[in-house]
Amino acid sequence: MFDFLEGYDVLGAFWMTVKLTALSAVGSLIWGTLLAAMRVSPVPLMRGFGTAYVNIVRNIPLTVIILFCSLGLADVFGVTMGSDDFKIQGFRLAVFGLVAYTAAFVCEALRSGINTVPMGQAEAARAIGLNFTQTLRLIVLPQAFRAVIGPLANVLIALTKNTTVAAAIGVAEAAYLMKTMIENEAQTLLIGAVFAFGFVVLTLPTGLFLGWLGKRLAVKR
Amino acid sequence: MKLRKVTAASAAVLALSLAATACGSDKKDDDASSSSSGGSGKVKIGIKFDQPGAGLKKPDGSFAGFDVDVARYVAKELGYQPNQIDFVETKSADRESALARGDVKFIVATYSITDARKAKVDFAGPYLLAHQDLLVKADSDISKGTDLNGKKLCSVTGSTSAQNVQKSIAPKANLREYSSYSECLSGLQSGAVDALTTDDDILAGYAAQDQYKGKFKLAGLKLSNENYGIGVKKGDTATVDKINKALEKMVSDGSWQKAVTANFGPANYKNEPAPKIGAIVK
Repeated sequence: MFDFLEGYDVLGAFWMTVKLTALSAVGSLIWGTLLAAMRVSPVPLMRGFGTAYVNIVRNIPLTVIILFCSLGLADVFGVTMGSDDFKIQGFRLAVFGLVAYTAAFVCEALRSGINTVPMGQAEAARAIGLNFTQTLRLIVLPQAFRAVIGPLANVLIALTKNTTVAAAIGVAEAAYLMKTMIENEAQTLLIGAVFAFGFVVLTLPTGLFLGWLGKRLAVKR
Repeated sequence: MKLRKVTAASAAVLALSLAATACGSDKKDDDASSSSSGGSGKVKIGIKFDQPGAGLKKPDGSFAGFDVDVARYVAKELGYQPNQIDFVETKSADRESALARGDVKFIVATYSITDARKAKVDFAGPYLLAHQDLLVKADSDISKGTDLNGKKLCSVTGSTSAQNVQKSIAPKANLREYSSYSECLSGLQSGAVDALTTDDDILAGYAAQDQYKGKFKLAGLKLSNENYGIGVKKGDTATVDKINKALEKMVSDGSWQKAVTANFGPANYKNEPAPKIGAIVK
């Protein structure tokens, strides 16, 4: 029944999905944290930039962002991401697009976490002489992160599924292989089911683990 | 208490919408049964909407292309008037399921006959023998498949053409894949890619478009054989026989050649002679 799987590197395709997810997750966590810091910072210019970025980027469809990375950045402006090989270029452009997009959601999740930290904590930090960066880094963000593990898990799961958009610019991940297999094998339902199952295998443990971690680490107030 | 009200309301909405869809599908069944009897009612034909030259839905809602001409001719021979034809978009990925569900009576959509597909659907024809080819800039010096090694090439994600290049023709070609050929065309125009590859009739259709006239040329390579057939639901041999008769008539009365020239001619497309019914060129 599953003989159509022969000759296809399904695991390799999912490994590409995992690589895209992992790199984009790390990148968007860093960029998203910076954005969140900007949104709560006392400098109006940074607050303005953070707000504008989040509101623009999260409202643009991901397909448009990824296609723009390839059609616009690479083809028109010649941003090659350090490689002339389209395979490597496509992968890096996809990670770039995914980070740019996902960071907006990480930022907003984190900002809601910052709002759970009582005002008194920040005031106490100021009172002992910490400046804004120190207050954020040592007092507010550690508590905020522990409060938003659940929402961040949602963002991570969405990111895993969003990597399929990279197939539009030829990154050989799971959705790309699915298109190829459907083109050759004419087995739409079965192939679709195999790949759906693959994504559940990837995301379900992520959700369960981070849900458990979120409960464990939550700051009891 | 409030929650319960909301639940009740949403349940009511759900029930209503279910009832509404049930009515809708009843009506669809009526349509389908009347059209299958032939002569009266509508016939649904699957085509591509986005391939100039083969099957294209124009901005004004009309349809043009070689596949469309073949579909109209066959429908006429099956006893349908032009106003009884409903063209439905069947993308590559859902051609088999559209036939299996009976959404369309037959599909004329650059549908290559392959063994894997023959296991799921029946084919009438072939009605056109196409070859994988390259579309290059008018002044390009690419003249054979191996010239592609090291060159930048564009095709559509998952397409057979892209796979052919990677497997056999030029494994060292730098292949960029997009979700449609139109995206490749802009890269070809700006010089970001050197060539675009798919079946020659589709390429000819693009090159024949007004905005690209004179800018691109076909390299004229025969990199593969694509036998286009008309897809019919598995087991519906009566329709296959009728379509085959219609295709034979289309070739013998000259309409076939006329349709080829009209749709692909402007790009200097050299077509193969009309294929014999059932004769598949490997």
